[in-house]
Amino acid sequence: MANFEPTIVAFCCHYCAYGAADLAGSMRLEYPPNIRVIRLPCTGKITPVFLLRAFEKGADGVYVAGCLEGDCHFIHGNLVAKPRVNYTKKLIQEVGLEPERLEMFNMSAAMGPRFAEVANEFTERIRQLGPSPLNKKMRRVDTEAA
Amino acid sequence: MVVGERKPFDEITGMLEGHKKIMVLGCGGCVTVCLTGGHDEVRVLSSQLRMARDNAGNPIEIVEKTVERQCDPEYVEEVSGIVPDVDAVLSMACGAGVQYVAERYPGMPVYPALDTTFVGGSTKEGYYVEKCQTCGACKLFYTGGICPIARCSKSLLNGPCGGSTKGKCEIDPEVDCAWQLILDRLKSLNRMDLYEENMAVNDWRTNRDGGPRKMIREDFQR
Repeated sequence: MANFEPTIVAFCCHYCAYGAADLAGSMRLEYPPNIRVIRLPCTGKITPVFLLRAFEKGADGVYVAGCLEGDCHFIHGNLVAKPRVNYTKKLIQEVGLEPERLEMFNMSAAMGPRFAEVANEFTERIRQLGPSPLNKKMRRVDTEAA
Repeated sequence: MVVGERKPFDEITGMLEGHKKIMVLGCGGCVTVCLTGGHDEVRVLSSQLRMARDNAGNPIEIVEKTVERQCDPEYVEEVSGIVPDVDAVLSMACGAGVQYVAERYPGMPVYPALDTTFVGGSTKEGYYVEKCQTCGACKLFYTGGICPIARCSKSLLNGPCGGSTKGKCEIDPEVDCAWQLILDRLKSLNRMDLYEENMAVNDWRTNRDGGPRKMIREDFQR
């Protein structure tokens, strides 16, 4: 699995995690190109539908990054997202995916290095887990075709 | 509202074995409000089913649809254009809704995705409790607006039993003793005279014991 490059979707809130991603860029910090950032107004916008669709469309891992707890720009959006992410872990487990493929992180807009760290850690975690079972077959077909 | 709970995922996939194209049909009524069978839940369950079946190498095609209510024939009619194109319908309505869909489309397998659990309401978002047992003879006038049939574990009509301790029921320390609630409320209303009246043995014929029930508004009959 050494050459496996996962596809990871990161749902980032506008006021903190997206700001942190921006800062990571300004600071010229390196993080894996596997991360596809999707900006949300607030992680409170997250529903299980978003997370499941990401997996269905081929993500090997998905994470939600919001403000630090207690510091949400919309007061408690990140606290709304947290149990939804935990609930969705159970939903993906039911269909045969490892719950570790989904996670929630919290960071402030000033935490550019933390954004890069999370991106690195999570990419490594998914690399260890290997491709999503849903993608394995697709990838095999691709390889055979090649 | 009628509260339902989604069946275990394995039970749902078991029902759908052998079907290649189905419709997951949501209901915009009670089960939307209690977050188990509305538009969003249709999308979640469909997504899960597609992934599980892809994972098993046996893909399934799903039409996602939610109607206003499944317990009224005119709304069930709305999907008549879709039903002939699918092998089965998975209804996310309560038991009543599932039966309306099954009745309207003979020859089409219609499966329930929910277990219909009770008539109740929410204490907070996503937290539902039973309040009414649809006994057909409301006693709330005598009991300060708290139902002894649905909320007393034994459906007692004349005060608490010996299992009432510190305001809680013996079945579970989390469950309030309905009769404690009734007494507290009658006291606060200054209507303890209602408690003094003996309630007669309940006539369960208005409940399910009289067979399936119906209600007819004469002025709407043509």
